[in-house]
Amino acid sequence: MKFLKAFGQFWYDFIIGDDWKIAVAVVITLAVMVAAMLSGALSDTALTLIGGALVLVAFSISLAIDVRPKRR
Amino acid sequence: MDAATWGLIIATFVACFVEMVEATTIVMAMGYTRNWRSALIGTFAALGALAVVTLAAGYALANWLPESALQLAIGGLLLIFGLQWLRKAILRSSGRKAVHDEDAIYREEVEAAKAAGESKQGLDLFAFMVSFKGVFLEGMEVVFIVLTFGLNADNIPAASLGAAAAVVIVLGIAIALRRPLSMINENLLKYGVGLLLASFGTYWAIEGIGIFRDGRESLNWPGHDLMILVLLAAWLLLSRIFVAVLRKPAVPAPAISNPAGDIAVEVKK
Repeated sequence: MKFLKAFGQFWYDFIIGDDWKIAVAVVITLAVMVAAMLSGALSDTALTLIGGALVLVAFSISLAIDVRPKRR
Repeated sequence: MDAATWGLIIATFVACFVEMVEATTIVMAMGYTRNWRSALIGTFAALGALAVVTLAAGYALANWLPESALQLAIGGLLLIFGLQWLRKAILRSSGRKAVHDEDAIYREEVEAAKAAGESKQGLDLFAFMVSFKGVFLEGMEVVFIVLTFGLNADNIPAASLGAAAAVVIVLGIAIALRRPLSMINENLLKYGVGLLLASFGTYWAIEGIGIFRDGRESLNWPGHDLMILVLLAAWLLLSRIFVAVLRKPAVPAPAISNPAGDIAVEVKK
């Protein structure tokens, strides 16, 4: 049990690191892109360009949350 | 050798260089404070374990996954790594996060080594384990970067060459100087690697979502590989905007001075 916990902790630290928001932002962006692709409404060119822009936006939001002023 | 291969070698070289500097600091602290033999055995044991992981993971990824699934899995992970590095670089450059400092890390490792009890056996387990863990953990990221870049470019030897060159050079500098490599601007290197990982990660992860459509074909970016340069420019621009917007006003007297001129230093990664 202790080994499993340590093993899980290692992979969490390795992949998620000290900011889970970035991993969540990437996963949500890719999920949105999959949904957009499966709708069949967009070409590959549109999907890739929108996807690239969405990743930039998702990162910006996660960073903005990080640095927002804390309420006292 | 073409430009893409040089790009591949440079990317893996820089990424490995950064991680090797950190691992070397830990091993040097153990070697000078405790026992060189045990520290080196721990180092080579970790390098052996990393080689096994590289071979096993490389074989599995190359043979068991379709191309688009590979792009999605490793592109997604690469993107997460790259954005983590970029986030830290932006926060450090804007003065909102402490700067990574190898001298401070070395001092902390030395104190921990002195505080640990003396080993009565032939092998100093403390020095062995700390060295093994340090090299293995820092090396795992390098293994991942070498595999992802190498598999996507279909050129694992070139990716490995970049990483191996970094190992040789960092070890050479460490042996020559016999002190932590704090003169290397690690924060700047990490910023560069973060930009590269974020750009390649964005490109591959979005290509890879094609695994979910009929035929499992990757999405096609307009301009193909050239779009990586556009993504690189976009990430660079966005990060510079963030640094400019988030920059904190300089404080009159820093608590600990350092060559980068930032507010403080960071001991742990």
